[in-house]
Amino acid sequence: MKLIVAIVRTEKLNDVLEALFKAEVRGISISRVQGHGGETERVETYRGTTVKMELSEKVRLEIGVSDHFVEPTVRAILAGARTGEVGDGKIFVLPVEKVYRIRTGEEDTAAVTPVS
Amino acid sequence: MKNLRLPIFLGTMMMGLAFAEGPEFSAADTAWMLVATGLVLLMTPALAFFYGGMVRSKNALNTMMMSFSALGFVAVAWALLGYTLALSGDGNFIGDLRYMFLNNVGMENKGAIAEITIPHMLWMIFQGTFAIITAALVSGAVVERMRFPAFLLFITLWGLFVYAPIAKWVWGGGFLADLGAWDFAGGTVVHINSGIAAVVAALVLGARKDFGRQAILPHNVPFVLLGAALLWFGWFGFNAGSAWAASATAGLALTNTILAPAATIVVWSLIDLMRTGRVTAVGLATAIVVGLVVITPAAAFVSPFFALVMGAIGAFPSYYVLLWRAKSGMDDSLDVFAAHGVGGITGAILTGVFAQESVNGLFNGLIGGNPAQVLIQAFAVLIAVVYSGAMTFVLLKLVGAITPLKVPVKEEGVGLDITQHGEEAYTSGEGAILVKSEAPMPVARPKPVGGTD
Repeated sequence: MKLIVAIVRTEKLNDVLEALFKAEVRGISISRVQGHGGETERVETYRGTTVKMELSEKVRLEIGVSDHFVEPTVRAILAGARTGEVGDGKIFVLPVEKVYRIRTGEEDTAAVTPVS
Repeated sequence: MKNLRLPIFLGTMMMGLAFAEGPEFSAADTAWMLVATGLVLLMTPALAFFYGGMVRSKNALNTMMMSFSALGFVAVAWALLGYTLALSGDGNFIGDLRYMFLNNVGMENKGAIAEITIPHMLWMIFQGTFAIITAALVSGAVVERMRFPAFLLFITLWGLFVYAPIAKWVWGGGFLADLGAWDFAGGTVVHINSGIAAVVAALVLGARKDFGRQAILPHNVPFVLLGAALLWFGWFGFNAGSAWAASATAGLALTNTILAPAATIVVWSLIDLMRTGRVTAVGLATAIVVGLVVITPAAAFVSPFFALVMGAIGAFPSYYVLLWRAKSGMDDSLDVFAAHGVGGITGAILTGVFAQESVNGLFNGLIGGNPAQVLIQAFAVLIAVVYSGAMTFVLLKLVGAITPLKVPVKEEGVGLDITQHGEEAYTSGEGAILVKSEAPMPVARPKPVGGTD
Protein backbone atom coordinates (compact mmCIF):
# COMPACT_ATOMS: atom_id res chain seq x y z
CA MET A 1 0.00 0.00 0.00
CA LYS A 2 1.02 3.57 -0.54
CA LEU A 3 -0.10 6.93 0.82
CA ILE A 4 -0.33 9.52 -1.92
CA VAL A 5 -0.06 13.10 -0.72
CA ALA A 6 -0.71 15.79 -3.29
CA ILE A 7 -0.62 19.58 -2.96
CA VAL A 8 -2.67 21.26 -5.69
CA ARG A 9 -4.13 24.64 -6.59
CA THR A 10 -7.46 25.36 -4.92
CA GLU A 11 -9.05 26.29 -8.23
CA LYS A 12 -8.00 22.93 -9.73
CA LEU A 13 -9.48 20.86 -6.91
CA ASN A 14 -12.72 20.23 -8.75
CA ASP A 15 -10.86 19.03 -11.85
CA VAL A 16 -8.70 16.73 -9.72
CA LEU A 17 -11.70 15.25 -7.92
CA GLU A 18 -13.45 14.70 -11.23
CA ALA A 19 -10.39 12.89 -12.63
CA LEU A 20 -10.04 10.79 -9.46
CA PHE A 21 -13.67 9.71 -9.48
CA LYS A 22 -13.32 8.77 -13.14
CA ALA A 23 -10.30 6.65 -12.21
CA GLU A 24 -12.48 5.05 -9.52
CA VAL A 25 -10.41 6.36 -6.65
CA ARG A 26 -12.88 7.00 -3.86
CA GLY A 27 -11.12 7.22 -0.49
CA ILE A 28 -9.90 10.80 -0.18
CA SER A 29 -9.24 13.32 2.56
CA ILE A 30 -8.56 16.94 1.73
CA SER A 31 -7.37 19.85 3.82
CA ARG A 32 -6.80 23.52 3.14
CA VAL A 33 -3.17 24.44 3.59
CA GLN A 34 -0.95 27.43 2.98
CA GLY A 35 2.46 27.02 1.49
CA HIS A 36 5.21 28.33 -0.65
CA GLY A 37 6.47 26.60 -3.74
CA GLY A 38 8.43 29.17 -5.69
CA GLU A 39 5.56 30.76 -7.58
CA THR A 40 5.73 34.46 -8.37
CA GLU A 41 4.69 36.54 -5.42
CA ARG A 42 1.38 38.30 -5.35
CA VAL A 43 1.56 41.94 -4.34
CA GLU A 44 -1.51 43.29 -2.59
CA THR A 45 -2.25 46.78 -1.32
CA TYR A 46 -4.53 47.78 1.53
CA ARG A 47 -4.83 51.55 2.05
CA GLY A 48 -1.24 52.28 1.19
CA THR A 49 0.12 49.21 2.93
CA THR A 50 1.71 47.10 0.26
CA VAL A 51 2.42 43.50 1.10
CA LYS A 52 3.95 40.56 -0.66
CA MET A 53 1.97 37.40 -0.11
CA GLU A 54 4.59 34.69 0.44
CA LEU A 55 2.11 31.93 1.22
CA SER A 56 -0.47 30.70 -1.23
CA GLU A 57 -3.66 28.84 -0.48
CA LYS A 58 -3.41 25.22 -1.59
CA VAL A 59 -5.35 22.04 -1.12
CA ARG A 60 -3.68 18.92 0.26
CA LEU A 61 -5.11 15.57 -0.73
CA GLU A 62 -4.33 12.33 1.09
CA ILE A 63 -5.20 9.07 -0.58
CA GLY A 64 -4.38 5.60 0.70
CA VAL A 65 -4.26 3.08 -2.17
CA SER A 66 -3.20 -0.46 -2.92
CA ASP A 67 -0.09 -0.80 -5.09
CA HIS A 68 -1.79 -1.29 -8.45
CA PHE A 69 -3.87 1.84 -7.88
CA VAL A 70 -0.85 4.11 -7.46
CA GLU A 71 -0.32 4.80 -11.12
CA PRO A 72 -3.91 5.61 -12.12
CA THR A 73 -4.21 7.86 -9.08
CA VAL A 74 -1.05 9.78 -9.84
CA ARG A 75 -2.00 10.10 -13.49
CA ALA A 76 -5.44 11.44 -12.58
CA ILE A 77 -3.94 14.07 -10.28
CA LEU A 78 -1.35 15.09 -12.88
CA ALA A 79 -4.04 15.50 -15.51
CA GLY A 80 -6.46 17.34 -13.25
CA ALA A 81 -4.09 19.70 -11.48
CA ARG A 82 -1.76 20.83 -14.24
CA THR A 83 -1.93 24.35 -15.66
CA GLY A 84 1.71 24.53 -16.81
CA GLU A 85 2.54 27.49 -14.58
CA VAL A 86 4.81 27.49 -11.53
CA GLY A 87 2.70 26.68 -8.50
CA ASP A 88 0.83 23.65 -9.79
CA GLY A 89 1.95 21.64 -6.74
CA LYS A 90 3.55 18.29 -5.90
CA ILE A 91 2.65 14.65 -5.55
CA PHE A 92 4.41 12.51 -2.94
CA VAL A 93 4.07 8.74 -2.87
CA LEU A 94 4.88 7.32 0.58
CA PRO A 95 5.22 3.74 1.74
CA VAL A 96 2.67 2.65 4.32
CA GLU A 97 3.43 0.16 7.04
CA LYS A 98 -0.06 -0.83 8.05
CA VAL A 99 -3.66 0.14 7.35
CA TYR A 100 -6.78 -0.70 9.36
CA ARG A 101 -10.40 -0.06 8.48
CA ILE A 102 -11.91 1.01 11.78
CA ARG A 103 -15.44 -0.22 11.09
CA THR A 104 -14.54 -3.84 10.33
CA GLY A 105 -10.98 -4.23 11.53
CA GLU A 106 -9.89 -5.27 8.03
CA GLU A 107 -6.19 -4.80 7.36
CA ASP A 108 -3.93 -3.58 4.57
CA THR A 109 -5.14 -4.01 1.00
CA ALA A 110 -8.62 -5.04 2.11
CA ALA A 111 -8.80 -1.89 4.19
CA VAL A 112 -8.09 0.44 1.25
CA THR A 113 -10.34 -1.36 -1.21
CA PRO A 114 -13.62 0.55 -1.54
CA VAL A 115 -16.75 -1.22 -0.38
CA SER A 116 -18.63 -2.16 -3.51
CA MET B 1 -49.60 70.04 -21.87
CA LYS B 2 -47.14 67.22 -21.81
CA ASN B 3 -48.28 64.16 -20.00
CA LEU B 4 -45.59 64.07 -17.36
CA ARG B 5 -45.77 61.38 -14.75
CA LEU B 6 -46.90 63.74 -12.09
CA PRO B 7 -48.58 62.75 -8.90
CA ILE B 8 -47.66 66.33 -8.07
CA PHE B 9 -50.40 67.52 -10.42
CA LEU B 10 -52.79 65.82 -8.11
CA GLY B 11 -51.45 67.65 -5.10
CA THR B 12 -51.47 70.91 -6.98
CA MET B 13 -55.08 70.48 -7.96
CA MET B 14 -56.10 69.53 -4.47
CA MET B 15 -54.44 72.62 -3.06
CA GLY B 16 -56.65 74.52 -5.43
CA LEU B 17 -53.67 76.28 -6.90
CA ALA B 18 -54.90 78.28 -9.86
CA PHE B 19 -51.79 80.30 -10.58
CA ALA B 20 -49.65 79.64 -13.59
CA GLU B 21 -46.33 79.98 -11.74
CA GLY B 22 -46.48 76.45 -10.47
CA PRO B 23 -46.50 75.10 -6.94
CA GLU B 24 -44.86 76.78 -3.99
CA PHE B 25 -41.74 75.62 -2.25
CA SER B 26 -42.53 73.15 0.53
CA ALA B 27 -40.28 72.56 3.50
CA ALA B 28 -42.12 69.35 4.36
CA ASP B 29 -41.66 67.91 0.89
CA THR B 30 -38.00 68.94 0.92
CA ALA B 31 -37.43 67.24 4.26
CA TRP B 32 -38.87 63.96 3.02
CA MET B 33 -36.98 64.11 -0.28
CA LEU B 34 -33.68 64.72 1.52
CA VAL B 35 -34.27 61.46 3.38
CA ALA B 36 -35.60 59.62 0.32
CA THR B 37 -32.50 60.53 -1.71
CA GLY B 38 -30.29 59.05 0.98
CA LEU B 39 -32.44 55.91 1.05
CA VAL B 40 -32.19 55.34 -2.70
CA LEU B 41 -28.43 55.90 -2.60
CA LEU B 42 -28.20 53.18 0.08
CA MET B 43 -29.68 50.68 -2.37
CA THR B 44 -26.44 50.55 -4.36
CA PRO B 45 -24.20 49.41 -1.46
CA ALA B 46 -27.09 47.11 -0.50
CA LEU B 47 -26.95 45.61 -3.97
CA ALA B 48 -23.20 45.12 -3.48
CA PHE B 49 -23.96 42.86 -0.50
CA PHE B 50 -26.84 41.11 -2.27
CA TYR B 51 -24.65 40.30 -5.27
CA GLY B 52 -21.40 39.92 -3.30
CA GLY B 53 -22.83 37.14 -1.16
CA MET B 54 -23.96 35.19 -4.21
CA VAL B 55 -20.55 34.78 -5.84
CA ARG B 56 -17.56 32.66 -4.83
CA SER B 57 -15.28 34.13 -2.16
CA LYS B 58 -12.47 34.68 -4.65
CA ASN B 59 -14.69 37.15 -6.55
CA ALA B 60 -16.48 38.79 -3.62
CA LEU B 61 -14.64 42.12 -3.73
CA ASN B 62 -14.79 42.38 -7.51
CA THR B 63 -18.55 41.88 -7.47
CA MET B 64 -19.08 44.40 -4.68
CA MET B 65 -16.75 46.88 -6.38
CA MET B 66 -18.92 46.81 -9.50
CA SER B 67 -21.78 48.34 -7.51
CA PHE B 68 -19.60 50.63 -5.43
CA SER B 69 -17.85 52.09 -8.45
CA ALA B 70 -21.22 52.99 -9.99
CA LEU B 71 -21.57 55.37 -7.02
CA GLY B 72 -18.68 57.30 -8.55
CA PHE B 73 -18.65 56.83 -12.28
CA VAL B 74 -22.39 56.91 -13.00
CA ALA B 75 -23.01 59.76 -10.55
CA VAL B 76 -20.37 61.96 -12.17
CA ALA B 77 -21.65 61.16 -15.67
CA TRP B 78 -25.19 61.97 -14.49
CA ALA B 79 -24.19 65.37 -13.11
CA LEU B 80 -22.14 66.37 -16.14
CA LEU B 81 -24.38 65.13 -18.93
CA GLY B 82 -26.88 62.43 -18.03
CA TYR B 83 -29.34 64.62 -16.16
CA THR B 84 -29.75 67.07 -19.00
CA LEU B 85 -30.12 64.27 -21.57
CA ALA B 86 -32.81 62.62 -19.45
CA LEU B 87 -34.83 65.41 -17.95
CA SER B 88 -34.80 68.58 -19.99
CA GLY B 89 -36.37 70.14 -23.06
CA ASP B 90 -39.48 69.50 -25.10
CA GLY B 91 -37.99 66.72 -27.23
CA ASN B 92 -39.73 63.40 -27.48
CA PHE B 93 -36.57 61.31 -27.58
CA ILE B 94 -33.68 63.09 -25.87
CA GLY B 95 -33.15 66.18 -23.74
CA ASP B 96 -31.21 69.25 -24.78
CA LEU B 97 -28.03 70.54 -23.12
CA ARG B 98 -29.48 73.30 -20.96
CA TYR B 99 -28.42 71.61 -17.70
CA MET B 100 -25.05 70.37 -18.93
CA PHE B 101 -22.40 70.55 -16.17
CA LEU B 102 -25.35 71.42 -13.89
CA ASN B 103 -25.75 74.86 -15.43
CA ASN B 104 -29.15 76.35 -14.56
CA VAL B 105 -29.78 73.75 -11.86
CA GLY B 106 -30.55 76.01 -8.95
CA MET B 107 -31.75 75.87 -5.38
CA GLU B 108 -35.26 77.08 -6.12
CA ASN B 109 -38.17 74.82 -6.94
CA LYS B 110 -38.24 76.19 -10.47
CA GLY B 111 -36.53 75.43 -13.74
CA ALA B 112 -36.94 71.65 -13.73
CA ILE B 113 -38.90 69.89 -16.43
CA ALA B 114 -41.50 68.85 -13.88
CA GLU B 115 -43.42 70.93 -11.40
CA ILE B 116 -41.79 70.37 -8.04
CA THR B 117 -42.01 71.78 -4.57
CA ILE B 118 -38.42 70.97 -3.64
CA PRO B 119 -35.12 72.51 -4.77
CA HIS B 120 -34.32 71.73 -8.40
CA MET B 121 -30.87 70.63 -7.31
CA LEU B 122 -32.29 68.10 -4.84
CA TRP B 123 -34.61 66.73 -7.52
CA MET B 124 -31.66 66.36 -9.90
CA ILE B 125 -29.64 64.33 -7.42
CA PHE B 126 -32.66 62.26 -6.33
CA GLN B 127 -33.06 61.26 -9.99
CA GLY B 128 -29.31 60.63 -10.13
CA THR B 129 -29.51 57.94 -7.46
CA PHE B 130 -31.86 56.02 -9.80
CA ALA B 131 -29.32 56.14 -12.62
CA ILE B 132 -26.64 54.77 -10.26
CA ILE B 133 -28.61 51.77 -9.02
CA THR B 134 -29.84 50.92 -12.54
CA ALA B 135 -26.31 50.74 -13.96
CA ALA B 136 -25.14 48.76 -10.92
CA LEU B 137 -27.96 46.22 -11.40
CA VAL B 138 -26.54 45.19 -14.78
CA SER B 139 -23.32 44.01 -13.12
CA GLY B 140 -25.03 40.85 -11.85
CA ALA B 141 -24.88 39.42 -15.37
CA VAL B 142 -21.13 39.82 -15.86
CA VAL B 143 -19.66 38.90 -12.48
CA GLU B 144 -16.66 36.58 -12.04
CA ARG B 145 -15.31 37.25 -15.53
CA MET B 146 -15.43 40.87 -16.74
CA ARG B 147 -12.29 43.00 -16.74
CA PHE B 148 -12.78 45.85 -14.32
CA PRO B 149 -11.58 48.73 -16.54
CA ALA B 150 -13.91 47.55 -19.32
CA PHE B 151 -16.77 47.42 -16.82
CA LEU B 152 -16.13 51.00 -15.65
CA LEU B 153 -16.17 52.31 -19.21
CA PHE B 154 -19.28 50.28 -20.01
CA ILE B 155 -21.46 51.46 -17.10
CA THR B 156 -20.44 55.08 -17.58
CA LEU B 157 -21.52 54.98 -21.24
CA TRP B 158 -24.57 52.88 -20.40
CA GLY B 159 -25.80 55.43 -17.86
CA LEU B 160 -25.58 58.15 -20.50
CA PHE B 161 -26.80 56.43 -23.64
CA VAL B 162 -29.19 53.74 -22.44
CA TYR B 163 -30.55 54.94 -19.10
CA ALA B 164 -30.92 58.65 -19.89
CA PRO B 165 -32.92 58.29 -23.15
CA ILE B 166 -35.36 55.78 -21.66
CA ALA B 167 -35.81 58.02 -18.61
CA LYS B 168 -36.58 60.85 -21.03
CA TRP B 169 -39.21 58.84 -22.90
CA VAL B 170 -41.05 57.77 -19.77
CA TRP B 171 -40.44 60.55 -17.22
CA GLY B 172 -39.14 63.50 -19.23
CA GLY B 173 -42.28 64.09 -21.30
CA GLY B 174 -41.06 61.87 -24.10
CA PHE B 175 -43.11 59.82 -26.53
CA LEU B 176 -43.95 56.97 -24.15
CA ALA B 177 -45.39 59.45 -21.65
CA ASP B 178 -47.40 61.11 -24.44
CA LEU B 179 -48.74 57.71 -25.35
CA GLY B 180 -50.14 57.31 -21.85
CA ALA B 181 -47.79 54.64 -20.50
CA TRP B 182 -47.50 54.92 -16.72
CA ASP B 183 -44.46 54.00 -14.68
CA PHE B 184 -44.60 55.31 -11.14
CA ALA B 185 -41.12 54.69 -9.81
CA GLY B 186 -39.16 52.99 -12.56
CA GLY B 187 -40.41 49.53 -13.52
CA THR B 188 -39.59 50.19 -17.17
CA VAL B 189 -36.81 52.75 -16.83
CA VAL B 190 -34.91 50.91 -14.10
CA HIS B 191 -35.87 47.25 -13.99
CA ILE B 192 -36.86 46.18 -17.50
CA ASN B 193 -33.99 48.28 -18.78
CA SER B 194 -31.34 46.69 -16.55
CA GLY B 195 -32.85 43.20 -16.92
CA ILE B 196 -32.64 43.26 -20.71
CA ALA B 197 -29.18 44.84 -20.66
CA ALA B 198 -28.15 41.97 -18.39
CA VAL B 199 -29.25 39.34 -20.92
CA VAL B 200 -27.36 41.05 -23.71
CA ALA B 201 -24.24 41.53 -21.56
CA ALA B 202 -24.29 37.86 -20.50
CA LEU B 203 -24.54 36.75 -24.13
CA VAL B 204 -21.89 39.15 -25.46
CA LEU B 205 -19.39 38.23 -22.74
CA GLY B 206 -20.09 34.53 -22.80
CA ALA B 207 -20.29 32.18 -19.85
CA ARG B 208 -17.78 31.71 -17.06
CA LYS B 209 -15.38 28.82 -17.65
CA ASP B 210 -16.94 26.78 -14.83
CA PHE B 211 -20.55 27.55 -15.78
CA GLY B 212 -22.47 24.34 -16.38
CA ARG B 213 -19.41 22.26 -15.45
CA GLN B 214 -19.15 22.84 -11.74
CA ALA B 215 -21.53 23.92 -9.04
CA ILE B 216 -20.96 27.61 -8.39
CA LEU B 217 -22.37 28.34 -4.96
CA PRO B 218 -22.99 31.55 -3.02
CA HIS B 219 -20.12 32.08 -0.57
CA ASN B 220 -22.07 34.10 2.01
CA VAL B 221 -25.84 33.67 2.19
CA PRO B 222 -26.17 36.00 5.22
CA PHE B 223 -24.73 38.76 2.97
CA VAL B 224 -27.48 38.00 0.46
CA LEU B 225 -30.15 38.40 3.16
CA LEU B 226 -28.51 41.55 4.50
CA GLY B 227 -28.43 42.99 0.98
CA ALA B 228 -32.09 42.15 0.38
CA ALA B 229 -33.06 43.79 3.69
CA LEU B 230 -31.15 46.98 2.91
CA LEU B 231 -32.56 47.05 -0.62
CA TRP B 232 -36.07 46.87 0.80
CA PHE B 233 -35.30 49.70 3.23
CA GLY B 234 -33.82 51.84 0.45
CA TRP B 235 -36.80 51.04 -1.76
CA PHE B 236 -39.04 53.11 0.53
CA GLY B 237 -37.14 56.13 -0.77
CA PHE B 238 -37.28 54.76 -4.30
CA ASN B 239 -41.06 54.26 -4.40
CA ALA B 240 -42.45 56.65 -1.78
CA GLY B 241 -39.85 59.24 -2.81
CA SER B 242 -41.18 59.07 -6.35
CA ALA B 243 -44.19 61.04 -5.12
CA TRP B 244 -41.66 63.92 -4.83
CA ALA B 245 -43.66 65.08 -1.84
CA ALA B 246 -44.49 64.22 1.76
CA SER B 247 -47.98 63.39 0.59
CA ALA B 248 -50.76 60.86 0.79
CA THR B 249 -49.42 59.47 -2.49
CA ALA B 250 -46.11 58.76 -0.74
CA GLY B 251 -47.99 57.03 2.05
CA LEU B 252 -49.79 54.78 -0.43
CA ALA B 253 -46.53 54.00 -2.24
CA LEU B 254 -44.79 53.04 1.00
CA THR B 255 -47.67 50.85 2.12
CA ASN B 256 -47.64 49.02 -1.20
CA THR B 257 -43.85 48.71 -1.03
CA ILE B 258 -44.25 46.69 2.15
CA LEU B 259 -47.29 44.65 1.15
CA ALA B 260 -46.32 43.52 -2.36
CA PRO B 261 -42.97 41.90 -1.38
CA ALA B 262 -44.73 40.40 1.64
CA ALA B 263 -47.16 38.63 -0.69
CA THR B 264 -44.29 37.55 -2.94
CA ILE B 265 -42.46 36.03 0.05
CA VAL B 266 -45.56 34.01 0.96
CA VAL B 267 -46.23 32.73 -2.57
CA TRP B 268 -42.54 32.09 -3.31
CA SER B 269 -42.17 30.12 -0.07
CA LEU B 270 -45.25 28.05 -0.88
CA ILE B 271 -43.96 27.24 -4.38
CA ASP B 272 -40.62 26.29 -2.81
CA LEU B 273 -42.41 24.08 -0.27
CA MET B 274 -44.54 22.31 -2.83
CA ARG B 275 -41.69 21.77 -5.27
CA THR B 276 -38.90 20.72 -2.93
CA GLY B 277 -40.35 20.51 0.57
CA ARG B 278 -38.02 23.26 1.79
CA VAL B 279 -38.12 27.05 1.92
CA THR B 280 -34.70 28.44 0.99
CA ALA B 281 -32.96 31.58 2.26
CA VAL B 282 -31.55 32.61 -1.12
CA GLY B 283 -35.05 32.05 -2.53
CA LEU B 284 -36.65 34.27 0.08
CA ALA B 285 -34.10 37.05 -0.50
CA THR B 286 -34.84 36.80 -4.23
CA ALA B 287 -38.59 36.93 -3.55
CA ILE B 288 -38.19 40.23 -1.69
CA VAL B 289 -36.44 41.78 -4.67
CA VAL B 290 -38.96 40.36 -7.16
CA GLY B 291 -41.89 41.70 -5.12
CA LEU B 292 -40.27 45.13 -4.92
CA VAL B 293 -39.62 45.18 -8.66
CA VAL B 294 -43.20 44.14 -9.47
CA ILE B 295 -44.80 46.88 -7.37
CA THR B 296 -42.38 49.63 -8.48
CA PRO B 297 -44.30 50.80 -11.60
CA ALA B 298 -47.63 50.60 -9.75
CA ALA B 299 -46.61 51.78 -6.27
CA ALA B 300 -49.04 54.71 -6.04
CA PHE B 301 -51.44 53.63 -8.78
CA VAL B 302 -53.05 50.58 -7.16
CA SER B 303 -54.81 50.01 -3.86
CA PRO B 304 -53.00 48.10 -1.10
CA PHE B 305 -55.21 45.07 -1.75
CA PHE B 306 -54.17 44.92 -5.40
CA ALA B 307 -50.56 45.48 -4.32
CA LEU B 308 -50.89 42.18 -2.44
CA VAL B 309 -52.39 40.59 -5.55
CA MET B 310 -49.58 41.94 -7.76
CA GLY B 311 -46.92 40.70 -5.38
CA ALA B 312 -48.50 37.26 -5.29
CA ILE B 313 -48.90 36.94 -9.05
CA GLY B 314 -45.44 38.36 -9.63
CA ALA B 315 -43.76 35.42 -7.88
CA PHE B 316 -44.69 32.92 -10.59
CA PRO B 317 -43.01 34.21 -13.79
CA SER B 318 -39.75 35.08 -12.05
CA TYR B 319 -39.64 31.78 -10.14
CA TYR B 320 -40.01 29.69 -13.26
CA VAL B 321 -37.71 31.82 -15.41
CA LEU B 322 -35.07 31.35 -12.68
CA LEU B 323 -35.42 27.58 -12.93
CA TRP B 324 -35.24 27.69 -16.72
CA ARG B 325 -32.27 30.07 -16.77
CA ALA B 326 -30.12 27.85 -14.56
CA LYS B 327 -30.51 25.02 -17.08
CA SER B 328 -30.03 27.18 -20.15
CA GLY B 329 -26.64 28.07 -21.55
CA MET B 330 -27.07 31.74 -20.68
CA ASP B 331 -24.78 32.79 -17.87
CA ASP B 332 -26.78 35.72 -16.49
CA SER B 333 -24.91 34.79 -13.35
CA LEU B 334 -27.03 36.44 -10.66
CA ASP B 335 -30.35 36.30 -12.53
CA VAL B 336 -30.79 39.98 -13.18
CA PHE B 337 -33.16 39.07 -16.01
CA ALA B 338 -35.39 36.77 -13.96
CA ALA B 339 -35.64 39.20 -11.04
CA HIS B 340 -35.58 42.62 -12.70
CA GLY B 341 -36.42 41.98 -16.35
CA VAL B 342 -39.25 39.50 -15.85
CA GLY B 343 -40.40 41.14 -12.59
CA GLY B 344 -40.38 44.54 -14.31
CA ILE B 345 -42.41 43.31 -17.27
CA THR B 346 -44.91 41.60 -14.98
CA GLY B 347 -45.23 44.78 -12.94
CA ALA B 348 -45.61 47.06 -15.97
CA ILE B 349 -48.39 44.91 -17.47
CA LEU B 350 -50.17 44.42 -14.13
CA THR B 351 -50.08 48.19 -13.60
CA GLY B 352 -52.29 48.37 -16.67
CA VAL B 353 -54.58 45.78 -15.10
CA PHE B 354 -54.99 46.90 -11.50
CA ALA B 355 -54.68 50.71 -11.64
CA GLN B 356 -57.80 52.52 -10.46
CA GLU B 357 -58.58 56.18 -10.95
CA SER B 358 -60.38 56.13 -7.61
CA VAL B 359 -57.00 55.40 -6.02
CA ASN B 360 -54.55 57.41 -8.11
CA GLY B 361 -56.71 60.17 -9.53
CA LEU B 362 -55.01 59.81 -12.90
CA PHE B 363 -56.03 56.77 -14.93
CA ASN B 364 -57.86 53.46 -14.91
CA GLY B 365 -56.53 50.05 -15.78
CA LEU B 366 -58.37 46.93 -16.93
CA ILE B 367 -60.34 46.46 -13.72
CA GLY B 368 -61.35 50.11 -13.87
CA GLY B 369 -62.84 49.47 -17.30
CA ASN B 370 -59.91 50.57 -19.44
CA PRO B 371 -58.48 47.44 -21.09
CA ALA B 372 -56.53 49.55 -23.61
CA GLN B 373 -54.15 50.53 -20.81
CA VAL B 374 -52.75 46.99 -20.78
CA LEU B 375 -51.79 47.32 -24.43
CA ILE B 376 -50.22 50.73 -23.92
CA GLN B 377 -48.17 49.33 -21.02
CA ALA B 378 -47.12 46.35 -23.17
CA PHE B 379 -46.07 48.65 -25.99
CA ALA B 380 -43.88 50.71 -23.67
CA VAL B 381 -42.31 47.47 -22.42
CA LEU B 382 -41.56 46.41 -25.99
CA ILE B 383 -39.91 49.72 -26.85
CA ALA B 384 -37.74 49.59 -23.73
CA VAL B 385 -36.75 45.98 -24.44
CA VAL B 386 -35.74 46.70 -28.02
CA TYR B 387 -33.83 49.90 -27.28
CA SER B 388 -32.07 48.65 -24.17
CA GLY B 389 -31.10 45.38 -25.86
CA ALA B 390 -29.80 46.97 -29.05
CA MET B 391 -27.90 49.84 -27.42
CA THR B 392 -26.33 47.63 -24.77
CA PHE B 393 -25.05 45.38 -27.56
CA VAL B 394 -23.59 48.34 -29.45
CA LEU B 395 -21.93 49.79 -26.33
CA LEU B 396 -20.38 46.45 -25.34
CA LYS B 397 -18.99 45.99 -28.86
CA LEU B 398 -17.61 49.52 -28.71
CA VAL B 399 -15.97 48.98 -25.32
CA GLY B 400 -14.70 45.59 -26.53
CA ALA B 401 -13.02 47.29 -29.48
CA ILE B 402 -11.18 49.61 -27.10
CA THR B 403 -10.19 47.14 -24.39
CA PRO B 404 -10.81 43.40 -23.86
CA LEU B 405 -14.06 42.66 -22.01
CA LYS B 406 -13.18 39.36 -20.42
CA VAL B 407 -10.31 38.17 -18.22
CA PRO B 408 -8.18 35.24 -19.43
CA VAL B 409 -9.39 31.81 -18.30
CA LYS B 410 -6.44 31.40 -15.93
CA GLU B 411 -7.30 34.61 -14.09
CA GLU B 412 -10.87 33.42 -13.79
CA GLY B 413 -9.47 30.39 -11.97
CA VAL B 414 -7.40 32.45 -9.54
CA GLY B 415 -10.32 34.83 -8.97
CA LEU B 416 -10.87 38.44 -9.92
CA ASP B 417 -10.22 39.87 -6.45
CA ILE B 418 -6.51 39.10 -6.73
CA THR B 419 -6.10 39.59 -10.48
CA GLN B 420 -8.21 42.74 -10.92
CA HIS B 421 -7.81 44.47 -7.57
CA GLY B 422 -4.76 42.98 -5.81
CA GLU B 423 -6.82 42.40 -2.67
CA GLU B 424 -8.58 39.50 -1.01
CA ALA B 425 -11.92 39.56 0.77
CA TYR B 426 -10.91 37.15 3.49
CA THR B 427 -7.20 37.07 4.18
CA SER B 428 -5.51 35.99 7.38
CA GLY B 429 -2.46 38.05 6.57
CA GLU B 430 -0.28 35.02 7.24
CA GLY B 431 2.78 34.99 5.08
CA ALA B 432 2.34 38.64 4.10
CA ILE B 433 5.60 40.54 4.06
CA LEU B 434 5.54 44.31 4.33
CA VAL B 435 6.89 46.12 1.30
CA LYS B 436 8.45 49.42 2.38
CA SER B 437 8.58 51.12 -1.00
CA GLU B 438 6.47 51.07 -4.12
CA ALA B 439 9.55 50.05 -6.13
CA PRO B 440 9.49 46.47 -7.38
CA MET B 441 11.00 44.06 -4.90
CA PRO B 442 14.40 42.58 -5.66
CA VAL B 443 13.92 38.95 -6.57
CA ALA B 444 16.27 37.57 -3.98
CA ARG B 445 15.81 33.86 -3.37
CA PRO B 446 15.62 31.65 -1.47
CA LYS B 447 13.80 33.48 1.25
CA PRO B 448 13.36 32.11 4.73
CA VAL B 449 9.82 30.86 4.79
CA GLY B 450 7.69 30.74 7.89
CA GLY B 451 9.90 33.10 9.88
CA THR B 452 8.47 35.24 12.62
CA ASP B 453 9.31 38.70 11.24
